[in-house]
Amino acid sequence: MSTQAPSIHIQGSISIAENRLIETLDMDIKAGTWSCLLGASGVGKSTLLHLIAGLTEHIRFEGSLTTNDRLPLEGRIAYMAQTDLLLPWLSILDNVLIGQRLRGEPIQQNRAETLLEALGLQNHRHQYPSQLSGGQRQRAALARTLMEERDIILLDEPFSALDAGTRAQMQELSAQWLKGKTVLHVTHDPGEAARLGEQIFLLQAHRLQTLDVPALSIPRPVDDPQTLACQGRLLRILREVAG
Amino acid sequence: MKQLLRIMLSVLLILLAWQALVIWGELPHFILPSPLKVVTTLWESRVLIASHAWVTTQEILLGLLIGTVLGALTAVWLSQSSVVRYLVKPVLILTQALPVFALAPLFTLWLGYGMASKILVAVLIIYFPVASSFFDGLMQTPQGWMHMGRVMGATPKRLLWHIQIPAALPSFASGLRLAAVYAPIGAVIGEWVGASQGLGYLMLLANGRAKIDLMFAALFVLALLTLLLHYAVGRFCDVLVEKYRP
Repeated sequence: MSTQAPSIHIQGSISIAENRLIETLDMDIKAGTWSCLLGASGVGKSTLLHLIAGLTEHIRFEGSLTTNDRLPLEGRIAYMAQTDLLLPWLSILDNVLIGQRLRGEPIQQNRAETLLEALGLQNHRHQYPSQLSGGQRQRAALARTLMEERDIILLDEPFSALDAGTRAQMQELSAQWLKGKTVLHVTHDPGEAARLGEQIFLLQAHRLQTLDVPALSIPRPVDDPQTLACQGRLLRILREVAG
Repeated sequence: MKQLLRIMLSVLLILLAWQALVIWGELPHFILPSPLKVVTTLWESRVLIASHAWVTTQEILLGLLIGTVLGALTAVWLSQSSVVRYLVKPVLILTQALPVFALAPLFTLWLGYGMASKILVAVLIIYFPVASSFFDGLMQTPQGWMHMGRVMGATPKRLLWHIQIPAALPSFASGLRLAAVYAPIGAVIGEWVGASQGLGYLMLLANGRAKIDLMFAALFVLALLTLLLHYAVGRFCDVLVEKYRP
């Protein structure tokens, strides 16, 4: 099922309804690494995610979107959003299985239960999303994402609604479980980018900038001086961009 | 329990006022019978009223079932294709522009005096609220779920079945609630236009023969049926909304 996680290369321009969002984009997302994408609101970060995910009905893209293994992106992507997107009428277990149901594949209940157990949700598998805390729900969403066994993971601010402690936990858990996959993570939080980014991009009006990252492997400790320095540097850059 | 007590109290108040009006207003019983007289008639004619009530109940339930199924199927059909929406939606609105009162005699002409014409009137009244509210729900599936489903590689049919329809069930419930109130109206309109059975028929018959106490007794049973249906459907809808609310 799982092939080698590919690198993704995007070159071109992106517009929405005659409105040019990004001009001459040239982005290299390295294979099997965690890339963070920072930028002000409305600059086109989510649009870029949608483009890679193939949700392109409102997007006009002129250019090329390729992988190093020349295989199509379709069917190789899993997606986590800011909200957990759990379906309220399904139990946690059924939510984890929704991908297989939607594709009409055989249901691998054992695998889903193993994943839930590994993420500490075994006692919640028959409960409904409304019975879980925000952190537990986002862990369930992670289990659903892992169940997909995809090479490319797109994250659209998935931890931004969590409290600081739970967020740090989720960052570590995700980094551990998504190791070896090609991750593109849209975030507003310089601290998050400093902890998780093996590549950090800054998207500004019409252009993309690649920033330096600390040498430590991810997830970097929250109190590591290099990581904190990186966080400060990122915040300063974001502060300058905001004008 | 408290609410039930409150309802019973207000019903009792109305009955007392009614009885007082009859006694001190010196109204003849063929204009306004006393509640006591109505209760007596209700008991004495219980077999007659029950047999007519059974006919009306069947018309209401069948009308509700058929109208709801047709409305729901139409909503799903409309939601799946913009071409269908473009062509069929005006027809749907046109069915609302035609007053069912005006069509009822035609149904009696076509389908006869039996149950079918009454069921059809009920179906026509119920169809639109169910179809339009369910359709609205189907068109408003939260975008995040649709995106997730598509990224997961769902076929349109499975996306509809596993996400769009469940997510639209609360909207469907609000249409169904309306339908439960309308269904008895439809059945009785059908009976008024031409019938040989049913509570609506019994009321007209009693009215024509100045048996106002019997008319009131039939009206009382009709109101009771409507309330029961409203309550039962309401509880069912509460469960739907509770479970499927985003």
